Amino acid sequence: MARLRQGFRLRAGRYDGQAGGQAGATADGAARFELRFSLTQGVFTVAADLEFTARAVALFGPSGSGKTTILEAIAGLRAPQHGRIAVRGRVLCDTATHTSVPVRDRHVGYVPQDVLLFPHLDVRKNVTYAQERRATVDVPNLDHLLGLTTLMDRRVSGLSGGERQRVALARALYSGPDVLLLDEPLAAVDLARRRLILDVLTAIRDDLQVPLVYVTHSPEEARAIADYAIVLDEGKVVAAGAPGDVLP
Amino acid sequence: MPTEIVQIALFTTLAALAATVVMLPPGIALAWVLARHRFRGKSVVETLASLPLVMPPVATGLLLLWLVGRRGPIGKMLAPFGIEIVFTPAAVVLAMAVMGLPLLVRTARAGFEQVTKRYEQMAETLGARPWRVFTTVTLPLASRNILAGALLGFTRALGEFGATIVVAGSIPGRTRTLAVGIYTYTETGQDARAAALLAVSVTLAFGATLIANRLAHVD
Repeated sequence: MARLRQGFRLRAGRYDGQAGGQAGATADGAARFELRFSLTQGVFTVAADLEFTARAVALFGPSGSGKTTILEAIAGLRAPQHGRIAVRGRVLCDTATHTSVPVRDRHVGYVPQDVLLFPHLDVRKNVTYAQERRATVDVPNLDHLLGLTTLMDRRVSGLSGGERQRVALARALYSGPDVLLLDEPLAAVDLARRRLILDVLTAIRDDLQVPLVYVTHSPEEARAIADYAIVLDEGKVVAAGAPGDVLP
Repeated sequence: MPTEIVQIALFTTLAALAATVVMLPPGIALAWVLARHRFRGKSVVETLASLPLVMPPVATGLLLLWLVGRRGPIGKMLAPFGIEIVFTPAAVVLAMAVMGLPLLVRTARAGFEQVTKRYEQMAETLGARPWRVFTTVTLPLASRNILAGALLGFTRALGEFGATIVVAGSIPGRTRTLAVGIYTYTETGQDARAAALLAVSVTLAFGATLIANRLAHVD
């Protein structure tokens, strides 16, 4: 782990060609988020009316509070009936102007809770699936950060929970995303490995300067990674702001 | 084994293989559409796709004869190019493909239905366009069922009789297949030849079904 951190620090900042140079992103990699929408599915409605700047956002709340729905709305996998979503100055959807950027053009890296690695492809093919990789992705750096070199030729069925999580992170990051959406990334990782994944996520946030949206129901995790937290309950935002202020 | 028997066995196998190749593109497309789309008239399409399974094969053969015969709508279109289908090996392949198609469609459709849509969504978030999603995610994940369906279609084609005899006849060395051969030899009292073809039929069908079943049941 020390090696991982040290090796990474040497390469810090290579990513800011993308992050810092883009509208809606500040020099420290923080991104402007606009989440003003409502999305109804059956009897369940998720609504948010927030605009903020953050490097890592925690979506915090109990199961069924709408955390994943918000991630999927940002990724474009669910469409709000009303409102607007913008990340880093880029409007992803706006019902007022009938705008909805197709999923494939949203430039989001999405790691769902069940990671969903393609079971028929080996690790390398999973990781390199995003063909139209953006020039800013520093591949050797990423491989090093995620400890992928020894995993590349493995089949995904033989990977441990932590390894799957790292491969899924790599797959998402190889596409050069504007934002990384993470759904309970530590849920399937054993306690011993959680620290490692958290370090990796911190490096992604600080060194690669990719903003994170992080779903969790653990206040400790939210505090460890996020500089902005949204507390959800039954689809509604009950509090939002600095993690120290709004988390239990 | 008499050369005639060998020729019939080879011809039937090759025609069934050709029929499988012919039925794969429309079969996969139809299976995918039925598995993944809702549209007006879907039940009609579903019923039409199953029709050759339940109709008397001879009736399907007659329908094909009308369609591709010299005065039929498709036959008329092909005639100016000098293409004639009825009573040719092409008619054998056509009859086999039409009769095998429903089995392929049913099995492949189940395969597409089993593919979790979320894998496709993941591919989309990684920038893949629909065709790439289909060829790199959907198709490979459904491939076991597609293969099993193709094998079932192939076995159905191997044993095809009713439609074949109507649209292709039983021309020795040209359109005579295993099933048609067995019938013809039995009718004309050539029992030894009929028995030899029977043995070939059983062997081929057994092997193909065994593989199809294994594909369908193994994880």
